[in-house]
Amino acid sequence: MYAPAIDESFLAEISSLPGGDRVALCIQCGSCSGSCPTAPWMDHSPRQLFALIRCGMRDAVLSSNTPWVCASCYTCYVRCPKEIKITDIMYALKRLAIKEGKAKPDTKAARVMAETFEKLVNKHGRNSERDLMQQLYLKGQFGKLFRDAPTGMKLVRLGRIPMFGRDRLTRNGLKQMKSILNAVEEMGGL
Amino acid sequence: MGLAYTYYPGCSVGATSLWYDRSLQAVAKTLGIELAELEDWNCCGATAYMSVRELMSFCISARNLALAEPLGRDLVTPCNACFTVLHKTNRYFNDDATVREKVNKALGAAGLAYKGTVKVRHALDVLVNDFGLDALTERVKHSLGGLKVAAYYGCQLVRPETGLDSTDYPVILDQLLASLGAEPTEFAMKARCCGASLIVSKENVALDLIADILKSAEQSGAEAIATLCPMCHINLETQMSRINSQYKQNFNFPVLFFTQLMGVALGVNEAELGLNKGFIDPQPLLKRRMAKARA
Repeated sequence: MYAPAIDESFLAEISSLPGGDRVALCIQCGSCSGSCPTAPWMDHSPRQLFALIRCGMRDAVLSSNTPWVCASCYTCYVRCPKEIKITDIMYALKRLAIKEGKAKPDTKAARVMAETFEKLVNKHGRNSERDLMQQLYLKGQFGKLFRDAPTGMKLVRLGRIPMFGRDRLTRNGLKQMKSILNAVEEMGGL
Repeated sequence: MGLAYTYYPGCSVGATSLWYDRSLQAVAKTLGIELAELEDWNCCGATAYMSVRELMSFCISARNLALAEPLGRDLVTPCNACFTVLHKTNRYFNDDATVREKVNKALGAAGLAYKGTVKVRHALDVLVNDFGLDALTERVKHSLGGLKVAAYYGCQLVRPETGLDSTDYPVILDQLLASLGAEPTEFAMKARCCGASLIVSKENVALDLIADILKSAEQSGAEAIATLCPMCHINLETQMSRINSQYKQNFNFPVLFFTQLMGVALGVNEAELGLNKGFIDPQPLLKRRMAKARA
């Protein structure tokens, strides 16, 4: 008999996150799935993912590529008849999947991008498109580097990618960011 | 007119979208609108940061709000992602006591505090609703001559709902373009997602979304596309030729920031608009349309 691993506290866990309080109200109408522009590429459509959450299939949810294919377009969010903050829950699932190392290999590029972005912002206070892309290419996206090269060179020729220097906060600003980061780590998050 | 705002540029306008920033600043100067850049602003976090950490994401966004609050003006940004993130931070800050308490505790460690009063605005909103379309029409020096433009909003300007415009079929950019003498087309996919950063992390998905949007623009009879978000602009402009070869199409639209078109209509110096800094030069098309308007 098919008996998937079930964590009965998973629904409560998701419901306790900011924005997660209405997950239990889902009526499985499918408006989200019907609206979602990237659903065809998801392991589970948004509706399916919510069904999995509600019956506690934690591992299946955290190893699904669904949150990583989500483009944060908020179309599901504005159409859900139960006003569930679907997009915000997708973000929460991404964070959980990273934290627990459950995400599958096909989501690697998305995870690397998010983590690289976070490190750059923590370090300099601002994101540099050039640095972000450089780091991503070097972290195993060689095929993409090859495909993007003509576009990248065109942007450089048009003067739209500063090749040197970096925009960053003042020393005082960076100190503030560091203090905030330390305080957040001490609090252990939300 | 006395319109003055605190300006939050966002990280993209220093690089790939620098002509969005420059044309916006030039247009603001021409119209007598003051945009004072928020000193020492930090990255809003966009989509990526919130995917990794939640509280810190709210905090870095709130730092900007805390810095802007004592200045007493609305905070204006030209970027959809920055707009939605700052707005979302405000919403959670004001609606959720836990978020509010923890964010302020973290900000306090840096000697900052936020009371939740900053109004976050998108540049388009300010131009359409504060400056006003009638006032804008009066300042038009060169009508855009019925230029057929697909007004592309992207997602995060209109969703989640902020009361600014319809979440599915918004109109304010169309109205602004019409006030400049252009002809906005009936563009079905005007608020459909371009895929944003999926172009980096899940390329094939984003390419499909962009192809749908370009096809819809073509079907609407557009000659050019106007955008209001740095990410949408990059996606539509830089991926057009790849989509042409992969999907066997012949898309050939100049993709312009709406502020570039405003600049043309208001008679702003070309050097401040960067019209020739895109992948497809819009100038021949503009000259044709505008000459007809003058004739």
